[in-house]
Amino acid sequence: MSLPEEYTTYPSRREGYDHDLYPWSNMHQRAPIAWPKGCVAVWLCVSLEWFPITPGGRFKAPGHMVTPYPDYRHYTVRDYGSRVGVWRMLDAFKSAGVKASFATNAAIAERYPELIEAVLADGHEIIAHSTDMNGTITSELSEDEERALIADSFARIETACGVRPSGWHCIARSQSFNTLDLLAEQGLKYTCDWVNDELPYRFNNGVVNLPLNTELSDRMIIATQQHSAEGWAQMMRDSFSWLTAEANGTAYTAGGGRMLPIQLTPYIMGLPYRIGALEDWLDEYATRPDAWFATGAEIVAAWEKQQ
Amino acid sequence: MKEGAPDPGLYDYHPYRTGDHRRPKLAWPDGKTCAVWVAPNLEYYEIDPPSNPHRKPWAKPHPDVVGFSYRDHSNRVSHWRMADVMSRYGFPGSVSLSVALCDHHPEVVADGVERGWEFFSHGIYNTRYSYGMSEAQERAIIEDSIETVQRATGQHIRGWLAPALTHTPRTLDLLAEYDFTYTCDLYHDDAMQEVKVAKGQLASIPYSLEVNDHYGFNVYGMSGREYADALIKQFDRLADEGERMGSGTVMCIPLHAYLIGQPHRIGPFEEALSHIADDPRCWKARAGEIVDHWRAAQ
Repeated sequence: MSLPEEYTTYPSRREGYDHDLYPWSNMHQRAPIAWPKGCVAVWLCVSLEWFPITPGGRFKAPGHMVTPYPDYRHYTVRDYGSRVGVWRMLDAFKSAGVKASFATNAAIAERYPELIEAVLADGHEIIAHSTDMNGTITSELSEDEERALIADSFARIETACGVRPSGWHCIARSQSFNTLDLLAEQGLKYTCDWVNDELPYRFNNGVVNLPLNTELSDRMIIATQQHSAEGWAQMMRDSFSWLTAEANGTAYTAGGGRMLPIQLTPYIMGLPYRIGALEDWLDEYATRPDAWFATGAEIVAAWEKQQ
Repeated sequence: MKEGAPDPGLYDYHPYRTGDHRRPKLAWPDGKTCAVWVAPNLEYYEIDPPSNPHRKPWAKPHPDVVGFSYRDHSNRVSHWRMADVMSRYGFPGSVSLSVALCDHHPEVVADGVERGWEFFSHGIYNTRYSYGMSEAQERAIIEDSIETVQRATGQHIRGWLAPALTHTPRTLDLLAEYDFTYTCDLYHDDAMQEVKVAKGQLASIPYSLEVNDHYGFNVYGMSGREYADALIKQFDRLADEGERMGSGTVMCIPLHAYLIGQPHRIGPFEEALSHIADDPRCWKARAGEIVDHWRAAQ
């Protein structure tokens, strides 16, 4: 099949990006950031997800139903995370004395008030994470449909939690070309869907991106690449060690604060044979003077003050 | 190539042995037994490219936020992290370049130039595939590559790695016609080999899929430490064989900064490069130097 002439013409070939969403800059030449404590901000971000046994939405969210209906297996395995796994994580965080962010489906906030109460009582942050795991976003949604989905998520989470989140995380980090502006309409401060950086940066419309590294997630390391929880912990150690060295300056950068984003999934890391690796890692790092454990909102606020 | 034939007729069969009618002896400079070249892919993926009927650019409707931003990490963060480690152990890069990167982010290309790296073409964008191109379109991307790299780096490019590894039956013949000296598109050997082209000459330099960081991490799911171990084993074996056969082998380390430059992988990678750099059998070379040395010995 031959290609039209336009296939070898490049109207957006120019200096900077082929889009106008955010400007280019390279991290190592930006003014160094100083965190309130230490040189590496450790951001624990837990996903609280409810998967309807009746899949829907524009694409199948990672972790969604697999077998023909009714998929008891995956429905219950995912719900295990919200019933059991996340409670283990809450204990681990409390014991280590660290605060985390919880990216929460509106359905979780409505269905499991005891869980939300515990999350808030321990001083953790709630990030809006759509309605439920059918609430996926792509450019196939009309602008009005997407606006309604985002507004519905925020309103339901605010009602159920009593607080309005300042952060938003899309399911599978999947946005449309309208998402950033629709989030700005909701007065949102930050999103964590773009994985192109290791420090916060601002989109042209004012929304901040707080990068939540997909490569460092338990989903990628344990569920996709099939490493053990101990293998995951070793990767977090290797990351921390590299980032502290870089924060202190290397041949190519004067250094400055760095971030280690750790995305956790209750039905993955919250299993009895895995949770110990997380607890051990937290015990080792929570009291280190070079580590600042903080919520997403705290990291964004500390960064914003220095811009 | 022989278009439509079951054997595309790209090269002759040469058993992995030296001696009569087999492989000639080949000595790398200073008695080195394995030429090691590092090939960072410096790429630009478009956020909303036109579709090619033979292959979709992105898995998701545009924008594919993870797909795009994952690769953008190279051009904001990890290029310099990776390049610094390479420089620390004395490895120059031979860059597989989406030539439009010279326009979008000249700072990345300039960094490679300052480090003394060589550039070859990896197409205009890694989101424009050669499948289905007319001869005129394919000539246009070759000529664009030559002109763009000349303008941005002062180098006359000599090598090719097809954009996203997409080819047409005429690609290799066209490269030879435009006086390219090497292709990185064939994976049939651990040593330099002659490619059969319609006119002129073209060398095949071993690139690698198997020790490409993309395969290591995204196909085999290795940890950074496992990948580093694979690189060490690959080098040790090829250096041994080059020594034993008296015919120099070639090892390529193909990289993508957004993969190897992740915080959990770059430390182990540094250890692997240090191991390879310390071995006196390693010839740290650019692709063009390896091709020239081999060609002169033919």
